[in-house]
Amino acid sequence: MIARLRAPGLHRGILATPLGIGLAYAIVLPIRAASGYHPVLDGTAILQVSMIICPFAFLIGLGAFDYWFHWAIGRPTRPEDHSGHGARTWKDYFRVNTDHKVIGVQYVVHSFAYFLIAGLFAMLMRVQLAQPGGKFVDANTYNGLFSVHATLMIFLFVIPVFAGLANFVLPLMIGAPDMAFPRLNALSFWLLPVAGLLLLGSFFAPGGSFASGWTAYAPLSTTAPIGQAFFTLGVQFAGASSIATALNFLVTIITMRAPGMSFFRMPLLVWANFSTSLLVVIATPFIAASQFFVLLDRGLGFNFFNAGQGGNVLLYQNVFWFYSHPAVYIMMLPGFGIISEVIAVKSRKPIFGYRMMAFSLLAIVVLGFTVWAHHMFTSGMPAWLRDPMMITTAIIAVPTGVKIFSWLATLWRGVLHMDTAMLWAMGFITMFTLGGISGVMLAMVPLDLDVSKTYFVVAHIHYVLFGGSVFTIFAGVYYWFPKMTGRMYDERLGRWHFWTTLIFFNLTFAPMHIIGIEGMPRRVADYALQFATWNLLISFASWALGLSTLIFVYNMVVSWRGGPRAVANPWRGMTLEWQVSSPPPIFNFDSMPTVVGGPYEYGVPGAVHAVFRDGADVPAPAGALAMAAKE
Amino acid sequence: MEETRGSTPHRPPISRVTVVRVVGLGVVAAGIGIVIGLVIPWFPPAAATQAHTIDTLYYVLIIVTVPVFVLVTSVVLFSAWRWRMRPGEERLDGPPIHGNTQLEVIWTALPAALIAALVVYAAIVLHDIGVKKPGEITVGVIGQQWEWRFTYPEYHDAQGQPIVALQLYLPLDRPVNFKINSVDVIHTFWVPAFRLQEDAVPGITTGFRATPDRLGSYPIICTQLCGYGHSTMRTTLHIVTAAQFNTWLSEHGYSGTYTQTTSAHTRRTSGSAASGLLADARPGGAHTARSSRSSASGWTAYAPAAETHPATKEGSQ
Repeated sequence: MIARLRAPGLHRGILATPLGIGLAYAIVLPIRAASGYHPVLDGTAILQVSMIICPFAFLIGLGAFDYWFHWAIGRPTRPEDHSGHGARTWKDYFRVNTDHKVIGVQYVVHSFAYFLIAGLFAMLMRVQLAQPGGKFVDANTYNGLFSVHATLMIFLFVIPVFAGLANFVLPLMIGAPDMAFPRLNALSFWLLPVAGLLLLGSFFAPGGSFASGWTAYAPLSTTAPIGQAFFTLGVQFAGASSIATALNFLVTIITMRAPGMSFFRMPLLVWANFSTSLLVVIATPFIAASQFFVLLDRGLGFNFFNAGQGGNVLLYQNVFWFYSHPAVYIMMLPGFGIISEVIAVKSRKPIFGYRMMAFSLLAIVVLGFTVWAHHMFTSGMPAWLRDPMMITTAIIAVPTGVKIFSWLATLWRGVLHMDTAMLWAMGFITMFTLGGISGVMLAMVPLDLDVSKTYFVVAHIHYVLFGGSVFTIFAGVYYWFPKMTGRMYDERLGRWHFWTTLIFFNLTFAPMHIIGIEGMPRRVADYALQFATWNLLISFASWALGLSTLIFVYNMVVSWRGGPRAVANPWRGMTLEWQVSSPPPIFNFDSMPTVVGGPYEYGVPGAVHAVFRDGADVPAPAGALAMAAKE
Repeated sequence: MEETRGSTPHRPPISRVTVVRVVGLGVVAAGIGIVIGLVIPWFPPAAATQAHTIDTLYYVLIIVTVPVFVLVTSVVLFSAWRWRMRPGEERLDGPPIHGNTQLEVIWTALPAALIAALVVYAAIVLHDIGVKKPGEITVGVIGQQWEWRFTYPEYHDAQGQPIVALQLYLPLDRPVNFKINSVDVIHTFWVPAFRLQEDAVPGITTGFRATPDRLGSYPIICTQLCGYGHSTMRTTLHIVTAAQFNTWLSEHGYSGTYTQTTSAHTRRTSGSAASGLLADARPGGAHTARSSRSSASGWTAYAPAAETHPATKEGSQ
């Protein structure tokens, strides 16, 4: 029994967490007593220190640090028997696992749980907004609902689900047995439940959850009740997870490509995650900094943002957006990669302008760091900054446009397999174009002066992040579902899911453009009577949109449990992940692949992307049939 | 696959006639889209000269961007219809076209040129709406959770204090320079009828210019999340005639007489008009009662400093 409790695992993690609270008391009480405060009464100090210590106590208990601790104190590290690698039962998904495929599934499932929770919050918001003067929740709870909705969607869904999909397929795509740092990879994942529980836990804080938006502008955030600290610290853990994963991707991509896989033979998903990881590594420390400022302001009275004490309010926004604008691309570039994979395979054509696709990703990385102040056009920042920021913001549309046009040209004259993944990809192209167009409009400063912080911006962000990112996520999940689970999903349900989502997505978010321009600000629990009709329509559409997701959940759960077995390569893809079994062997490749050509040589007679050394399982060349037809 | 065997293994290119037809359909669809975009009454009433300039920019953006969306959507829809895999084509591949440098240069350069044109246009609009016009009055805007307060530093009450009001009264056709402050968290002063907003930031003074050109009452809305009462942080803008403004001023204890300087007039005599305004704005006569609320609450009302006075503000922007 004792031995079982001492063994690393979820139970040890849960047991260790209260010890963290004890340690927090041990640290706080003497300091408070020595400083002349009443040592016990004030719970906020204990709470904030606990929120820093308990996550580490949990992770240590879980066993995420066991190997490093053994190594650091000179104890013999356990010989690598790969016992922590791979999943034999479902229980293996609930422990520290070093297999990138297990971690990928952990990421994706965990992220979708938060997608459902955060989506539910959005539906509750729409209950409040269904009628003017809504009494469903009070204003403070409403402010909390949209703040937590956005924070969970960004930090616990979009960013990690992309990391999860890439975690699963990227090492396979480059012919690597795993990620470069498997233990760091496991730690990266386990930081996420910590962040998620902190953010959700804020609802139980006295004074309610954090309610200053996902942007948490100071001084609103520095003067808010204790719930704000849950955001301040939760984001730190999500950010740390992000940075660690990005480093892992960078090292994996740079050092672990299969023989013959030059950079320009990498699939575009790999390029996309390479670019994204560069963004994450450079940008994410800035949001950490912004939240440390807030933490110190709140907890210790540093007055960074207290104008009355010489603080600078705009500093917060500059630091915050220096991360959070690149974050928009962190939430989009991996999706670009997924779409490139899906479109090439399902059109049976090479990606049009492969090199331009790769270069445009890098262009977005560079330009992405030069545009942050376009979120601050109306913030009172120096007026001279408006013109340069408008120019750089508008220029970003060019590489993005290159990608759209290249996908269109890839579709042209292809043989389009219009299954679920392809539908999502084609839906993405049109919806994301709309989001891009409203983005170019918002880049034009005079128009931004009018519609900034209105529902027009809400519409824009959802066309980019839902019509953009989420559509690519669905495309990716359907596309790799056979590879990840070894089962096929139900195609008919997949199509239903796509069409219901597409329709209700547009009914929900398109009218928001109109009410925004007409004068409805965002983040309000109540609104003027003139917007009543539109809001009622939006509310009904949003509930239908939420319900459409249930089709997806049902399809995934039922297909995973009892769907037809998937063959190794159901889409006849050329990239490496399709050349191994579904699901892949525990160390990915039974024989090392050697890359001999580009990843998208569809229609080229006899072309292959890679050959396997022993020659036993050389994939059937995708162009073989075209060659046969020619004879 | 029988029919493709022998000729080419790939889909044949489509005929020129089809291309012309599709392009024709696209042009018609773009035309319809533009018309719809222009017909939809997007905007609330415009009540400032700056608003008309911004509306025009918006409609130009509609005209430019609708065809982009129509182009993308029609290619997607056309591909779905024309290039969809048909029975018997399960093992067919597309032609291995890897790219076309000419095409790629075109679709990089054309959007870049379009964007550059839009940016230049927007920059001109941005400059135009910020231009200082002669005869400008200054109005202080103060945000506090969850109310707006307006001060008129050039119009003093009986105690010699600037007039303070909870609703914004502006005379028609008189350029206004808003000086915006906050006493607690960030708020945003948005006048949809002006199409303009700017944050009220604690510690710094922000602002914008507007010239009201339409009588009536319009909403003033806080657009920056500022806490519990954010959604109720609203008030009303009243654009009134010179006579009405004069009455309103005297109700608030102003002893002088407001003189309307029309823009046509100020254009003729810009310098002297400003000094005439100055004479109006500094009354020395008897004073009546002032708003009790402003004196009691201890707000940091905007005080007219020398550098913000219209007579000395020329060329500061």
